[in-house]
Amino acid sequence: MSDFWIILTGSLVASCCAILGVFLVLRKMAMIGDAISHSVMPGIVIAFLLSGSRDSVLMMFAALAFGLLTTFLIQMFQQSGIQSDASIGVVFTALFAVGVVLVSLFARQVHLDQDAILYGEIAYVHWNIWELGGVNMGPRAVWLLGFTLMVIVAVISLFYKQFKLCAFDPALAAAIGIPVAIFHYLLMGLVSMATVSSFESVGAILVVGLLIIPASTAYLLTERLGMMIGLSIGVGIASTVLGYLAAKMLDASIAGCIVCAAGVLFALALLFSPSQGIVAKKLRLRKLAA
Amino acid sequence: MANIWSMIADPNMQWIFLGCTLLGLSSGVIGSFSYLRKQSLMGDTLAHAALPGICIAFMLTGIKSIGLFLIGAGLAGLIATFGIGYITRHTKLKQDAAMGIVLSSFFGLGIVLLTVIQHGNYGNQAGLDKFLFGQAASMIGSDVITMSIVCIVLLSICTLLFKQFKLISFDPGFARGLGYPVAALEQLMMLLMVVAVVAGIQAVGVVLVAALLITPAVSARYWTNKLSLMVILSGIFGAASGAVGTLFSASVSNLPTGPVTVLAATLMFGISILFGPQRGIVAKRLMRQRAKRRFAVQREISIHDNTKKEAAL
Repeated sequence: MSDFWIILTGSLVASCCAILGVFLVLRKMAMIGDAISHSVMPGIVIAFLLSGSRDSVLMMFAALAFGLLTTFLIQMFQQSGIQSDASIGVVFTALFAVGVVLVSLFARQVHLDQDAILYGEIAYVHWNIWELGGVNMGPRAVWLLGFTLMVIVAVISLFYKQFKLCAFDPALAAAIGIPVAIFHYLLMGLVSMATVSSFESVGAILVVGLLIIPASTAYLLTERLGMMIGLSIGVGIASTVLGYLAAKMLDASIAGCIVCAAGVLFALALLFSPSQGIVAKKLRLRKLAA
Repeated sequence: MANIWSMIADPNMQWIFLGCTLLGLSSGVIGSFSYLRKQSLMGDTLAHAALPGICIAFMLTGIKSIGLFLIGAGLAGLIATFGIGYITRHTKLKQDAAMGIVLSSFFGLGIVLLTVIQHGNYGNQAGLDKFLFGQAASMIGSDVITMSIVCIVLLSICTLLFKQFKLISFDPGFARGLGYPVAALEQLMMLLMVVAVVAGIQAVGVVLVAALLITPAVSARYWTNKLSLMVILSGIFGAASGAVGTLFSASVSNLPTGPVTVLAATLMFGISILFGPQRGIVAKRLMRQRAKRRFAVQREISIHDNTKKEAAL
């Protein structure tokens, strides 16, 4: 039973991240996703210190606030003349450092250690059960992630057209009156939400792997947005399953194995993608030369 | 406070202090070149990519020595840069996605290896996880000496090749036209970055060592438009953050060095962004106010002139 819950949790994390990752990769903001996944740390720790529990609405809001703060700061520094990648670097390292200092200073009072933040605790997911009126409802993480996934799916499908246009041609989107900035912040808000709900299971740092790698893999396989989202989710779930099996065999970190599996799948797509793979390109060249 | 002074008097602590200051200095110097070449986040990628290299070096040899780790992490870093270059050249993915992919898969692999080491029966593995957030106090004499030598070599290469690095930071095309081996120089700069990152890992940690490359350079950019001055300032900022980080983390128990160092650097960044001449927020505000006042005075004069003209008519 524990296998089932772990794979379900992992798949939910992968699906949340995969959908959002597609838009990050298309808008060339992959590293902003990385930055947000680091900088929600202080939000998580502060909420944890205030509420004393790990699964609260407060934590979600605190992390959301820090995610938006990160986006805002990066934007502000960029506008004041700092190169975009340097402003990302300054902001996320600073916020992550605040988070780690808080954890280290209050480590004794809170049940939240650096390992949990880095690797997550997906192996113990089925021990943390949500009981409603004495009835066992299954692991808390599954409910939290399910809720997050629902919000993401709802928002993205509601504004699919707008997100699509903002991703491919923000100038046109602005010209026909779509509030591009609002959709930018909305996307970043969703990324922060996905990061918070995933951090407990896969760790804050490895979330970025699930955000970027499956989406990039899908990007190499198709040229249609709808298809790309579907493929991205598929790759994410496949990495979860493969990663979990590998982790069981090696007795190693599950989160680490999941990201490695995603990396392997990406490498396969890079080599063997029918339209853009290295092998396909070589073959086409040879056919032309012949 | 007395606590800090007694620590400075401790000869072991003096070594570590010196090592971390040197480290900050050399990262700051290299960071200003990578900032100008728009490669700031490359440092972050290299640092994360170093983790599997360190783990493999440890698994193969079974000893913790910074020299071996330097080799392992350096090789991993080179593979990572090669991977990023390969992905950006051969696919439609952009550099940021390529960096994200390489960074997270290498780091994932690193964490897998780290857990394999922890669960396996490798003796003497305690403290390997200190590499994640850095613990300067855990360094031993030989580590500090290796680190200091590496930093001094980095600084001397940067001083000797200052002219070349300056040219390829601002105008690589012109450098190529003059007949400089641009590709080789770019590779060398990347190698220096790898070395700076790897040397910093034990003191600052894998996750945050990139900040030592980025933040001092960005802060220095606020004070000057001259590269030579920027490099020196960036080095000083880096050295100061290294020093502060070491002192604070050693005086408070259970506080890793990395985050404190980064926060010190960020504080200097905050001061620079506020008070930098010309580019700082305060300076800009003042300039705007002065311009507004001048405009108001001129308008007054012209209104005055107009009324005089009307009166004359």
